[in-house]
Amino acid sequence: MKTIIVVGNGMVGYKFCEKFVAKEGSEKFKVIVFGEEPRPAYDRVHLSEFFENQDAKALEMAPAEWYAENNIDLIVGERVTDIHKASKKITTAKDRELSYDYLVLATGSSAFVPPIKGVEKEGVFVYRTIEDLEGMLAYAAKLKQTNPNAKAAVLGGGLLGLEAGKAVMDMGLEPHIVEFAPKLMPRQLDSRSSQVLQLKLESIGLNIHLSKATNQILGDKAITGMEFGEDDVLDVEMLIISAGIRPRDELAKTCDLEMGVRGGIVVDNKMQTSDPNIYAIGEIALYNQMIYGLVAPGYDMAGVAADQILGESKSVMAEEIDMSTKLKLIGVDVASFGEPFMPAAKGHSIIFENKTQHLYKRINVSLDGKKLLGGILVGDATDYSMLHQIYLNGMAIPEDPAQLILPATEGGGSFGDVMDLPDEAQICSCENVTKGQICGTIESGESKDLADVVSCTKAGTGCGGCKPMVKDLTEATLKSLGIEVKDTVCEHFDLNRQDLYKIIQVKGYKTFDEVLDNHGNGGHGCELCKPVVASLMASINADTANKEYAIQDSNDRFLANIQRNGTYSVVPRVPGGEITPDKLIALGEIAKKYDLYTKVTGGVRIDLFGATLNQLPLIWKDLIGHGFESGHAYGKSLRTVKTCVGSTWCRYGMDESVSFGIELENRYRGIRAPHKIKGGVSGCIRECAEARGKDFGLIAVEGGWNLYLGGNGGATPRHAELFAEQIDNKTVIKYIDRYLMLYMRTAKPLQRTAAWQERLEGGLDYLKEVIIEDKLGIAEDLENEMQTLVNKFECEWTQAINDPEMMKRFNHFVNSDEEDDNLVFVPLREQKMPEKWV
Amino acid sequence: MNILSDKYTTVKPENVTIWFKAAPVTAFPKDGGACVKYKDLQIAVFNFKRLNTWYACQNLSPEKQEMVLSRGMIGDHKGIPMVACPLHKKIFSLENGENLNGDLEAIATYPVKIENDFVYVGFSE
Repeated sequence: MKTIIVVGNGMVGYKFCEKFVAKEGSEKFKVIVFGEEPRPAYDRVHLSEFFENQDAKALEMAPAEWYAENNIDLIVGERVTDIHKASKKITTAKDRELSYDYLVLATGSSAFVPPIKGVEKEGVFVYRTIEDLEGMLAYAAKLKQTNPNAKAAVLGGGLLGLEAGKAVMDMGLEPHIVEFAPKLMPRQLDSRSSQVLQLKLESIGLNIHLSKATNQILGDKAITGMEFGEDDVLDVEMLIISAGIRPRDELAKTCDLEMGVRGGIVVDNKMQTSDPNIYAIGEIALYNQMIYGLVAPGYDMAGVAADQILGESKSVMAEEIDMSTKLKLIGVDVASFGEPFMPAAKGHSIIFENKTQHLYKRINVSLDGKKLLGGILVGDATDYSMLHQIYLNGMAIPEDPAQLILPATEGGGSFGDVMDLPDEAQICSCENVTKGQICGTIESGESKDLADVVSCTKAGTGCGGCKPMVKDLTEATLKSLGIEVKDTVCEHFDLNRQDLYKIIQVKGYKTFDEVLDNHGNGGHGCELCKPVVASLMASINADTANKEYAIQDSNDRFLANIQRNGTYSVVPRVPGGEITPDKLIALGEIAKKYDLYTKVTGGVRIDLFGATLNQLPLIWKDLIGHGFESGHAYGKSLRTVKTCVGSTWCRYGMDESVSFGIELENRYRGIRAPHKIKGGVSGCIRECAEARGKDFGLIAVEGGWNLYLGGNGGATPRHAELFAEQIDNKTVIKYIDRYLMLYMRTAKPLQRTAAWQERLEGGLDYLKEVIIEDKLGIAEDLENEMQTLVNKFECEWTQAINDPEMMKRFNHFVNSDEEDDNLVFVPLREQKMPEKWV
Repeated sequence: MNILSDKYTTVKPENVTIWFKAAPVTAFPKDGGACVKYKDLQIAVFNFKRLNTWYACQNLSPEKQEMVLSRGMIGDHKGIPMVACPLHKKIFSLENGENLNGDLEAIATYPVKIENDFVYVGFSE
């Protein structure tokens, strides 16, 4: 058996292991990995996420057990110090000596610290490892104790520097970015896009200082400031240096491998160094006289080295390396591909810039206008995947290339169809899956839907950025094979939600069985179709969830939110967030009486956790006795209408946002929809209620309300779109009635308004035609249907506790009054929480 | 943590030694379930009205060791009668306890009989 020693357990070193063990023949090799850091490889690209949860495990590429399971010896916390080429041995810092047949160097890079006077002072950090971050966190915590408004600077406005800037924000310090060049991200962005990015970053609170050369770091023992020139000083109490990287090539010097003038180990296209038994990959490899600081080329190098060692001599590194990248920097999309900067002699640039919305798009096309050469996107990179594919595959572009980046217009060309891509186009770069492979697995019959495609090809399982494309490709291929892409609710119906809505409405069905027996496929229903029908019955007949409780979704069945250990949480309605002291005291008393963990929710209500099934009716009796009603926090229905205090108290308020918020919340309470609905009302444009992040949002302006529709927080945040301006209260209600009813009629199951609106053919203009101009002549119907629901509202908890039959279901046991004996709570900050999940 | 699930093992109809009289038929919702306490066991019992059949299984979800299966929705998955766990919608065959949308360990199932409008669950001791 031959031995491979991998020096370095970073992302690329790990990728080598992963790719190697997956290959045939790898079982004939013993793989030993050395890592200098105290933990297995982690995702350094997403290092800033460590500040959000401080969970180092979450960043791991693979847990330590993975190495053992794959027969890899992983030795962390031990640095390799010498290579003895002639005898094919290495020695480590712990004086161990090991022999190898092949050596793979993946030592990566370290942060470059420029020789600035005072750089050794306390409070100066580099941004590279989890240990660096832990050091920063401890230091920041100490600073904040004495000065809650402490400032921290990042030296370097490149990609990593901006990531570090986010880290500073997350630590709660005032963030400053100091860059030597006259623009941010000088290597990836042109001046104009850089300015757009700067404006956006400044708008979210970053202070940016450009064209600054740091002369020295001020302070006695610890840093107190940075000096750029005479009288040009920035007071900061912490500094993070992110001024570039240097390859960790010191090992190569110990054994005389050929190196570049400015560092890096020279490799050929097989990743072989000047010694044929030694390979170098990642940020220490000098390939084409370049060090590639991106992870994708590093992964490719890992694959090439693995192939070469296994004797696949044809597997070599591409001559030209694609440096295209797309990333989210502090929540801002930034992407560049191909040649982002292009000399005027080579082609033309088409630029779209909108500074008010912090948007910039630039594409570079060849002089004959036929090829896409590169481009830059800032603020919105949704076009990136398509543009990148067009560039990579040299596809023809439209006669007017501006169409590629301008917002789609009605009746516009269908340019950018995924099916136009050549078969060899790489769709998923993480798993290296081509369009041909995706279409092939469908054409061969192996895959029948998107889930099959993902499990057969692994496409979309890496970063997930290609998912929309994989979905489009799957649907288009199925369609081309004459297979109808159904959006049926589940295997029990050949109908979608909208079909079922019409059927139930027209036929007047009252039970799930009636719908299933008359329109189903002969089965017995499931966890997908039952809640859909339950929700439709509620939307059409104003049924409460008490009506047919066995078809209700988990939460609706017991009118409470099921939590981790099978207990429930309780949220009474507090319309608009307005609550009297007496009611607030009552909530506290009730929480205390039943020993409930108490927390203010994201929707500014009060959530009481840890109620057992048996306790739910008792708690609600008490709550109802104090004038509360169900808050429907468990339902796919209206949650809250969040309000700012508005003109009743606020000196800036333009209108009574609380009063109107309460009116709206009471109007739409209890109405079941395809998904939950949230509203917001702000009394002025300062927008303290965050109304534009809601399904419907209102902002008071001179002369009325501005109405925004289709906003969303959650996994895919989206700002609501401005729908109507300066309208009065009555018109607001009219429009929201029509909007919500249209959404309830036509959306897919569990589709929020944001996703529904985005996919609505004709978009916002169509919505305006239907809702404002009544193009379809249904506005009155929509309003009447909504009014019926409003009139029929009944608090389902009041209904439940007054009906002994309904109360029966709130017993944990059907044959005993005892409670679930499996519940274990542990103390948490003077309250309690369920025991951790194993 | 597997101590809990160790308490539950499938009982075949031919091995029943004790028929435990649990509750009247009317205590169980149509096409839904409720939980029965027998000694220190929690058993989910389902009235699968559409099939005119009764099923019973452990109330313990094997995924996270919570006592919740009786609160799940029932129905069929490609023709197999199943219950969906209310926590993460893992589904289990009511016939043999197999996890139909993942690779969780199978849950234990128990025989049920109805006599004089009472529900009996079969145990083997």
